[in-house]
Amino acid sequence: MGETFAMKALGRAAGKSVREGEIVFVEPGVVLTHDNSSAIIGKFESTVPGGKVRYPDRLAIVLDHVIPAATSKNAAGHARTRSFVRNQGISHFYDIGVGVCHQVLPEKGLIVPGSVVVGSDSHTCTYGAFNCFATGIDRTEAAGLWITGRTWFRVPETICINITGHLNYGVSAKDLMLTIIGKISASGANYMAVEFHGPAVGSLRICDRMTIANMGIEMGAKVAVFPGDGIMHDYLQLRGVDCSGAIWSDHDAIFSQTHSFDLEEVAPMIAMPHQVDNVVAVTDIPETPLDQVFIGTCTNGRLEDLIAAANILRGKKIASTLRLLVGPASREVYLEGMELGIIQDMIVAGATVLPPGCGPCLGAHQGALAPGEKCLSTANRNFKGRMGEKEAEIYLASPETAAASALTGRITDPREVI
Amino acid sequence: MAAFCYRQDDINTDLLFPGKYTYTCATGPEIKEHLLEDLDPDFASRVKPGDIIIAGSNFGCGSSREQPSLGLKYVGLKAVLARSFARIFYRSAINQGLLLVQSPEAVDAYDDGDSVEISPSAGTVTVAGKVFSFPPLPAEMLEILEAGGLLAHIRSRVADGGGSGG
Repeated sequence: MGETFAMKALGRAAGKSVREGEIVFVEPGVVLTHDNSSAIIGKFESTVPGGKVRYPDRLAIVLDHVIPAATSKNAAGHARTRSFVRNQGISHFYDIGVGVCHQVLPEKGLIVPGSVVVGSDSHTCTYGAFNCFATGIDRTEAAGLWITGRTWFRVPETICINITGHLNYGVSAKDLMLTIIGKISASGANYMAVEFHGPAVGSLRICDRMTIANMGIEMGAKVAVFPGDGIMHDYLQLRGVDCSGAIWSDHDAIFSQTHSFDLEEVAPMIAMPHQVDNVVAVTDIPETPLDQVFIGTCTNGRLEDLIAAANILRGKKIASTLRLLVGPASREVYLEGMELGIIQDMIVAGATVLPPGCGPCLGAHQGALAPGEKCLSTANRNFKGRMGEKEAEIYLASPETAAASALTGRITDPREVI
Repeated sequence: MAAFCYRQDDINTDLLFPGKYTYTCATGPEIKEHLLEDLDPDFASRVKPGDIIIAGSNFGCGSSREQPSLGLKYVGLKAVLARSFARIFYRSAINQGLLLVQSPEAVDAYDDGDSVEISPSAGTVTVAGKVFSFPPLPAEMLEILEAGGLLAHIRSRVADGGGSGG
């Protein structure tokens, strides 16, 4: 019987052949933490006072969630993290302004195909775009990994998602993933691996794959993974990454479920408040005036996303009734956007540009909402209270839909304005 | 023992502990102040050690923030009984030493005011006299849960001379 990606990836990491449902112990190649590092340091130090991190080279620490520090308490957390990084000899540390962790790690060449990556962040599954077994853990487990270097996994069953066709003009990978989540539901892939197969995978760029893998957790997936093909090689080899470890499921692998999606049938979609799987076509929703539009995050803050938005905004003005916030996912994205002139295009159209980081997505600072306000965001979560106010509404959509909506002041199908 | 029953599915981590406090609240007392704030504002003042939560499917979905599991352990919650749990929350609860009981039948059988008894060792939950069984934890996870959580487990191994390889 053939093996799935998950069986091969965990089998390689565990050094033996594994079966679904089995518990295996592995040493992840990367352990990511961010602003939560400060709390993890507290757990580490109280468990092994004066102890050293077992594998400092496997740690990646990115300050991105509340940057620059919004309060002195945030600042103290950042300061504690910088001090720990120096004392423990942690080389993969990226201070404020480098970008959102899930954009920074691939840019810096830390994400290696075929490896196991864990992060104290639920969107660690983003690295499935690079053929990684990548998944989220909590702070306590991150502290345990700093101490011991290893953790356990249950070898998951696998859902195969088969993609065919081509995306239509004005439709993006975000619309595809919202369509998938709407069908599979917020819990439909719980505890499971998701593999993306089919002829259309080759037409999805790295940015598209990152958007899709990023939202795997929104249907409960443990990992959401793409094959290690030429598109991935082109991206990673520029960053000096050895791609020889890429793995993929066997042709006769057994999948628990198979779902098929034809890209030709995907239209601009919206996740309505307050559930990511509450998905409807943009054309099917009633007139919805907006107070804020946010383009950015680990889901949709990449260069291609900003180009798509700028192409809609260029030479126009946003509606006077709303605020448009743009957060480049990294310093690299920000600089490339400046060279292309698209950042300027968006500022001239009325955008407020935020520093490269998580920005308003988690509701801790920058662009928090007032009671009763409606925000359309390119992020991955629209839970009640997510952007700092439980009486506010969050709608999730593509950068194209976000930009079109910023122009009209209401949720708008991008095909109406491009 | 009191049971706090929230029948809805997909109770997410923002409802259990709003994200805006994630980077300023890390200790038990700080977390308790906002625990379940946007789901049940009275929970934090009413919950007592030994109480349980009863919920629908996919409890704890969303973020990897651990304030929900850490906070529920801190206030002395005996267990969460749900139709199912989201993966990261499930892991996190084991890491905090918080008992989770997955039994859709027991959740369906529960009516307001019913007595609920949980026996982790027998793998049974009794609702108003009716007994339901739930799948036991694999041995590796049970060991962590019984030690009182992951870090307590690591501490005990270091103390036993087991090194840090566990």
